[in-house]
Amino acid sequence: MQLEEMEKQLAELKARVEGLSGSQPEERLSMIVFSGDLDKALAAFIIATGAVAMGLEVVMFFTFWGTPILRDKNKSAGGKDLMGTMFGSMLPKGAGKVKLSKMNMGGMGTAMMKSLMKKKNVASLEEFIKMAAELEVKIYICEMSMDLMGFKHEEMIDYPGLEYVGVATFLEKAINSKVQLFL
Amino acid sequence: MSDAIQVDKVMDLKGLPCPMPVVKVSKGIKEIQVGQVIEALTTDPGALADFPAWARTSGNEILKTDQGDGVIKIYIKRLK
Repeated sequence: MQLEEMEKQLAELKARVEGLSGSQPEERLSMIVFSGDLDKALAAFIIATGAVAMGLEVVMFFTFWGTPILRDKNKSAGGKDLMGTMFGSMLPKGAGKVKLSKMNMGGMGTAMMKSLMKKKNVASLEEFIKMAAELEVKIYICEMSMDLMGFKHEEMIDYPGLEYVGVATFLEKAINSKVQLFL
Repeated sequence: MSDAIQVDKVMDLKGLPCPMPVVKVSKGIKEIQVGQVIEALTTDPGALADFPAWARTSGNEILKTDQGDGVIKIYIKRLK
């Protein structure tokens, strides 16, 4: 009788321990890239590439103003409505066109920052994206932002494993991540 | 010199700013065997704090850090 009771308790305990390991955060960094500014995008990619070096798996979720960073300057998409065409022409066409969040000064500040970065050997945003691809940083693009701004899949960059998803796909990763950031 | 560290791979990272030194070394360390040593040459002062942090997290060992004439030498042993 006592043995039976103990066996029951042991089984319960086992189930609980197994449940624990399932909810343990994984060695992963999940990052939301909401901003479309050069400085913030650079920070996002410096942290992302650094995190891979630290042994973390990295997931970046590009949404809202972050979305146009991943447009390809050499690609275009037809069949857009008036609003889509307007957003398309007003938002930066790719990583080479994004501006500083401060001190842009009609583009002069951004140009100065870029030449300073070159002088100091800091990688450009385009180079950081390439490096992220080499380091197998996972990139998700928010499908709703694409739709809202009238962007088409065919005008986005070629990036290994790039996926268009909703917020649930990102959150599934974020829930079990050790580090979560919003930029 | 009996206490000289035997270096198996030298990585010249001079002029490269954050996060490149740790990114490159984290790649480079996969190309040596466990127990072997990388000598990393860097001019990034942040590396003095970053390499120990990286080593603690990745489970490798910083054997020695040398600072002299602007170039920092960091000796890293692959532990796993």
